[in-house]
Formats: sequence, structure tokens, C-alpha cells
Amino acid sequence: MFEIGLTHYLTLAAIIFTIGIFGIFLNRKNVIVILMSVELMLLAVNINLVAFSWALKDLVGQIFAMFVLTVAAAEAAIGLAILVVYFRNRGSIEVEDVNVMKG
Amino acid sequence: MIIQALAFYLFAAVLIAAAVLVVAARNPVHSVLFLILSFFSAAGLFVLIGAEFIAMILVIVYVGAVAVLFLFVVMMLDINFVELRAGFLQYLPIGGLIGLILLVELVLVVATWATAPEAGTLAAPQAKLGGLTNTEQIGTLIYTRYIYLFQAAGMVLLVAMIGAIVLTLRSRPGVRRQKISQQVARRVEDTVELKKVPTRSGV
Repeated sequence: MFEIGLTHYLTLAAIIFTIGIFGIFLNRKNVIVILMSVELMLLAVNINLVAFSWALKDLVGQIFAMFVLTVAAAEAAIGLAILVVYFRNRGSIEVEDVNVMKG
Repeated sequence: MIIQALAFYLFAAVLIAAAVLVVAARNPVHSVLFLILSFFSAAGLFVLIGAEFIAMILVIVYVGAVAVLFLFVVMMLDINFVELRAGFLQYLPIGGLIGLILLVELVLVVATWATAPEAGTLAAPQAKLGGLTNTEQIGTLIYTRYIYLFQAAGMVLLVAMIGAIVLTLRSRPGVRRQKISQQVARRVEDTVELKKVPTRSGV
């Protein structure tokens, strides 16, 4: 109980990841909350990487976590830019309207 | 040991509660604020585990840049959020079911999982770096062995920046703005000249 091991961190990451997936299902219409849920899932991945890096005493996990963080930041920027352009064209951000874009 | 465990449980509880509220909050502005709280708690967990550099990067990049970007977009777009919540309860059962199944699977995996005993001895690129701080160790690895990964991360950020600018840039017609080249290229013959006309004599 009071001996914090790898399992605690992995369970925590699993819970966060599940909340992220749950959020995507729950907010089917709101793209902003979906993007935030994706950020939560990436945070869970980072917790996993850092926990393994600590448990195995191998720093590569932390370096990879940094790379994941970079990609997450880029994804947020591009996603929000697409969102702004979409809102400018359609006047709403409902995901169900996005199929108009298909060719 | 007890204090570490208590800190872990505190940060974990705050993290889970904030994550739930990110998903369930009515107002997206509150969602963003809870996202910031959850990233702070995750940074606390990382400090607890000895990964100070990642923790500080998390605070700087996520709280300083990404969350503020989200907040900016949420406040800038004029969206009727009540309308967006219309089908909220409709997706609750299926989402809850899938989430529950996934959680059970993940917990089963975590609970029955064990490290190979020799795994700790296999990976030791930083074994000779003992005595350095976490940041120094990461720096030593990043600038030597993982330099290409580091450069690739820079390229990803550059491409994302250019992409975001190109996507959101627009040239609206009918907007008056200063064109310095035209101002400089203007000649005297093109200009309007004011003449003093004496009264009752015509031009």
C-alpha cells in the first residue's frame, strides 16, 4: 500500500487513458473537448514512459517522452488551426458536419 | 517513504479528478482550466519519480503554450456550447461500456505483469553518468546519441508552425492597410495639387 511501485503508475496511466477515450465518446460534437481528451491520452502515455524509465533505470524513456510531448504540441497547434479555419467557413464546430469535406 | 506514498496518492487523486472534470465539465473554459490542473499534478508525479526535466518541460510546454492556445481558441470562437451538449447523454452508455471494458483489460494486464529480472541490467546507457542530475544526464544523451531525434523534433515543430500559419492566414479584400512601397514610389506628378484661386476671376 505504502510502497509505491511501477504498478501504481501503470494503473494510474491506464485510468487516465480510459478517461481520455471516454471523453471522446462522451463529447461527440465538441471538437475542442475531443482534442483535450487526446491530450489526456498522450499524458497517460508519457506517464507510462517515465514510469518505465524510472523502473528500468534507463533514460531513453524520458527522452522518448519528450519527443511525444513535442508531437503533442504540434498536433494541438495544427488541430486548433484546422478548427479555426473550419469555424470560419461553417460557423460551427460540430463534428457531424465534417463529412461535407469528403470529396 | 510514507510521505512519498501520500504525495503519490494526493497527486494521483487530483489528476484523476481533474481528468474526469475535463471530460465532463459543462463549460469548455472550465475544461481547459482542469486540463491545466491535471498537467500540474502529472508534473508533481514526475518530480516524485525523479524526472525533474520532463516535469518542468510539461509545465512550460503544456501549461505555458498548449493550454493557453486552447483557452485562446475557446474564447475566440463564438460557439453556442449548450447546443453542442445536446446529444451528451445519448452517447453515455456506449462510451461508458467501451471505457469500462478497456479499463478492465488494462488493469488485468497491469496486475498480472512482471519485469524480466535481467531487464534492469540490459539498459544502461547512463550507468557511467552516475552523480549527475537528471537534466545533465538527459542533456548528455540528447546531444550525443539522440541528436537526430532531437533535430527531428525541431523539424516537427517547424512544420507544425508553418502549417498553422498557412492554414489560418487569409487575405481579405477591401481592407485598407498601409503599403509602404506604393507610398515611397509616389511621384509629384501623381499627386493632387492645391491651387490658390483668387475670388471672382475663375480658374
